[in-house]
Formats: sequence, structure tokens, C-alpha cells
Amino acid sequence: MDSWRGNLRVFWTLFTPGTFWLLVFFLIPLGWLFHDSFSDKISITETEFTGTLANYIRAFDTVYLQIIWKSIWISFLATTFCLLLAYPIAFGICFAPARWKPLLLLLVILPFWINLLIRTYALIAVFRSQGYLNLVLGWIGLGPFEMLYNDGAVIMGLVYVYMPFMVLPLYATIERLDRSYLEASLDLGGSQFQTFWKVTLPLTMPGIVTGIILVFIPCLGSFLTPDMLGGANAIMIGNVIERQFKYANDWPFGSALSFLLMYVTFGALALRAYYAARSKGVDV
Amino acid sequence: MAETLKPSSGPLDYGNRLWLKILFAATFTALYAPIFTMIAFSFNTDKRGVIWRGFTWDNYVKAWNNSDLQEAMLNSLSIAFISTIIATIIGTMVALVLWRFRFPFKAGYEGLMALPIVIPEICMGVSLVLFFTKSGMMAWSVGMPWPLNLINIIIAHVAFCFPFVAVVVRSRLVGFNRQFEEASKDLGASEWQTFWNVIVPFMMPGLVAGALLAFTLSLDDFVITYFTSGPETVTFPVKVYSLVRRGVSPEINAASTVLILITVIATIIAMRLQAPDKVGEG
Repeated sequence: MDSWRGNLRVFWTLFTPGTFWLLVFFLIPLGWLFHDSFSDKISITETEFTGTLANYIRAFDTVYLQIIWKSIWISFLATTFCLLLAYPIAFGICFAPARWKPLLLLLVILPFWINLLIRTYALIAVFRSQGYLNLVLGWIGLGPFEMLYNDGAVIMGLVYVYMPFMVLPLYATIERLDRSYLEASLDLGGSQFQTFWKVTLPLTMPGIVTGIILVFIPCLGSFLTPDMLGGANAIMIGNVIERQFKYANDWPFGSALSFLLMYVTFGALALRAYYAARSKGVDV
Repeated sequence: MAETLKPSSGPLDYGNRLWLKILFAATFTALYAPIFTMIAFSFNTDKRGVIWRGFTWDNYVKAWNNSDLQEAMLNSLSIAFISTIIATIIGTMVALVLWRFRFPFKAGYEGLMALPIVIPEICMGVSLVLFFTKSGMMAWSVGMPWPLNLINIIIAHVAFCFPFVAVVVRSRLVGFNRQFEEASKDLGASEWQTFWNVIVPFMMPGLVAGALLAFTLSLDDFVITYFTSGPETVTFPVKVYSLVRRGVSPEINAASTVLILITVIATIIAMRLQAPDKVGEG
């Protein structure tokens, strides 16, 4: 690697465009958002910087606290279901015959490349009250059930959408797992359950933590899934932010909520970095 | 790597467990059934779309002739093309600078570059709408002729795509043997000639993979586009969003199927390009 002083012309040519774009179209907008979160709203379109904390204090009103709490709870449940489903899947892929692995992995990843909106739309078509599932249930004399527009539908939608994020890190750690540990445990008389609980699970913890964070963060910040599947009574923090910017026109309050969401995100990332640093000796 | 152990049959042969096979079948069915039903029913003659009544291309013809959808699709594709080109160039430069140079605060710089990847999409969306509105760019772009009225969306897309390109290209560059570069310079090539004739051909697979990633990310984005598009501009996901709120229709199925086809093809090409690379590394 060269020192940047070695070839200044090349360095600045390569350095400037990306730095410019990041600064002007990412960092400055975020800074502006931060600045506005301490502002007062003086008319429908204007805000004035006053250094007020009122927007943050308002976020801790009971109404909003409930929504924040509900967002965390829904994201927690969705992450848990993702983990419970994804772990056996990732495990199965790792122990599948080698020629099947790439295909199985592709099958897990592919939905992730399909537009989020289209996938959610496809779910609506299946689960709505005149949807395919109710049609099939109708043939055996059940239903129709109202399955959409409640918290359960939001959780199901989030699990459906973010599953690949959980499978991939789990796959990566399970694949690296030294199988002789498992054999040793089984040889020494451990049952399959004990082996899993005392050997496999602790050794794959880094992947579990990464997966949990990779799913939890987008769940917490999600806006489209609760908007489309949750109806009016399943709003999450993302929907409140959207409302402040699109309908209520209370941008300072929306800015404050966005920053609270970002702080939670950074907290989760710091937690991951902490675990990654701590488990360095274990997983390699 | 544990592959040498090759589990054949025995206690570690989890791949053959029946319950696992059932779980696999159930999960993949749940993942794909909604998408395949949607694709299948885009060929349905029934208007309300629940019961299969017969095969037809009508929905595609209708979607094709729907001027709103046409405009939205054209906008989406234009945005994706332009922002892919810009994001690929900028992202590659970032990858090159991080790969080649030591400079002060490099770790911090790398962290900042990863920020657009990790922060919640909605936060990026609202910060950009605030920026565009208050800096006057939103008002300015509304009166502009096509495609200049898309400029805010393109800027936003480049902002979230180029860090991804940088990651992909950089992982390709890690495998580059710098002796080739030295050899080229020893033989009298200039900095630019070396770059163009030695480094660019080497990183081409990473470049194409990064570009295709940027393309699919841009084409798929709803949240950031939803916030940064002015009242007049509509992209495909934004259009579908407003249509879905009014109900499910076979026309949306048809248009969505086309979009899925485009992204899946782009993804498969990108994966093909990255695959031989991985074999070489291991």
C-alpha cells in the first residue's frame, strides 16, 4: 500500500468524487436533519432553529412511547421467528450434499432481490379475505378468515421479507464450524440435543448475533410492511416518521424521531462490534 | 475448512433427516408460493384474479398500453441506468483509493463510507427530502423537462448505491497481485496506461457485479424514492404502491412479473461473474 503523499495527483483524483458525494448528499442532509430536530415549527412550511428539546420530549409522550415500544416488540418477535426458522435451514444447507449447496443458497437469496413492494403485494394477494388461502380453505369448509391488517400480519410480513438476512450469517458460521467438535461430543456420549445445546449453539453464537442485528435493524425501521399489511392499528415508528413528513408537516418532530431510530440502530451495531471483538478467539 | 470430512451417513448426516427435509420444503414453499401465484395469475383471464379461468397475454398488453405505468417504468429504468453509471464510477474510485493508499483517518473514512449501508432507509429518505426541499433543489427540479426532473432521485440513488459498489469492487481488488502493476511500469507504461490496461481488466468482473448490484438496488428502491420524488414524478414502485392501495389487479401482476424478470436476470449474471472468483480464492 502506498502513502497518499507518494502520488498526490492520483490520490486526490480518486478521493474527491466519493468524498464529495458522501459529504454533500449524505452527511450534510443528516446534519441538517439533526439541526432541524432542535427547531420549532413556525408555520406549515417554515421551521426556526431554537435549540429546543421539545421534539425529543414529545417523543416520550405516552402515545409515541407506546408506538416505540410496539415497534420494538414487533421487531423482536419477527427476529425471533426468523431465527427459529433460519437456524435449521442454514444448518440443513451446511450439511446438504455439496452439489446442492449453491442451489439451496440461491433459493434463499433470490427473493431478497425481488422488489420489497412486489413481495409484500404478493403476500396481500395470498392472505386477503378474498385471497388464495381463503379460497383453498373455503374448499374444505373453513373461513373466510380476516388475516391481514393486524400485528400478526406485520410480523409475518417482516419474517417473510427479512429471512435471507438471517440465513446468510448463520450459514457462514455453521459452515466454518469444525465438525470434529461435534463428533467428539457425540463420541463421548453426548446426545444430539446436548451436542447442539452445549457445542453447536455456543460456537455459532457470532453468526446468531450478526443475524439478529441484521434482521432487527431493518425491522425496527420498516415502514412499507406495517403500512401495507398493518392497516391503521398496527403502526410502527417508521409510519409515524412518514406521517410527520408527508401529511402532518411537522418536520422537526419527524427529524427527532428519525434520530432516535438511528441511535437505537447505532446501539445495536455497537453491540455487534462488542460481540465480534469478544468472540474473536472462539470462532476461527 | 471442514469439507474434507465429508459426512457420508451417520450421526452428522443431518441433511438426510426427514424433519429437516419437511422444514425445507415448507419454508421454500412459503417463500416462493406467493411470488409464483402472482406470476401465474398475471396470465389469468379473470378480472378479480382469484379463480383461474384461462391463459391470456391481455394483462401484459393492458399494462403495456397503460400510459401511467409506461411512464413509471421508463422513469425507473432511466433512473436505474443513470445512477448505475455514476455510482459505478464513484464507487470504483472509492474502492481504488481505499485499496491503494494509506492516509490519515482511514479507518474513520471507511466507517463513514459504510454508513449509507447501515442506517435505516427511512432516515436517509427523510434527510434527503429535507435537504432537497430546503436547498431549493426540489422546487427547481419540478419545472424541469424530462429527464432533468428525475435528478433528485438519481442523486439519492447514487448516494445509497456507490458504497455497495465500493465494497464489491474492493473485494475483487484484494486478489490483485501488485507485481503486475510494477512490471507494467518497469516496461515503460504510464500511470494511466497501467490503470487502463492492467488494473481495469483485472477488476472487470467486480466492476460488472457492482454495477448490476447498483442497478437492482436502484430499480427496487421504494422508500427513498417515495420521499425524494416530487409530486409529479412517479417511478414504478411508487406507482405500484398507489395502485395496491386501491386493490389487487392482474395488470399489477403483469407489470411486477416483468420487473422480477429484469432483476432476476441481472442478479444471475452478477452471481455468475462472481462465482469463478470464489473458487480461485479458496
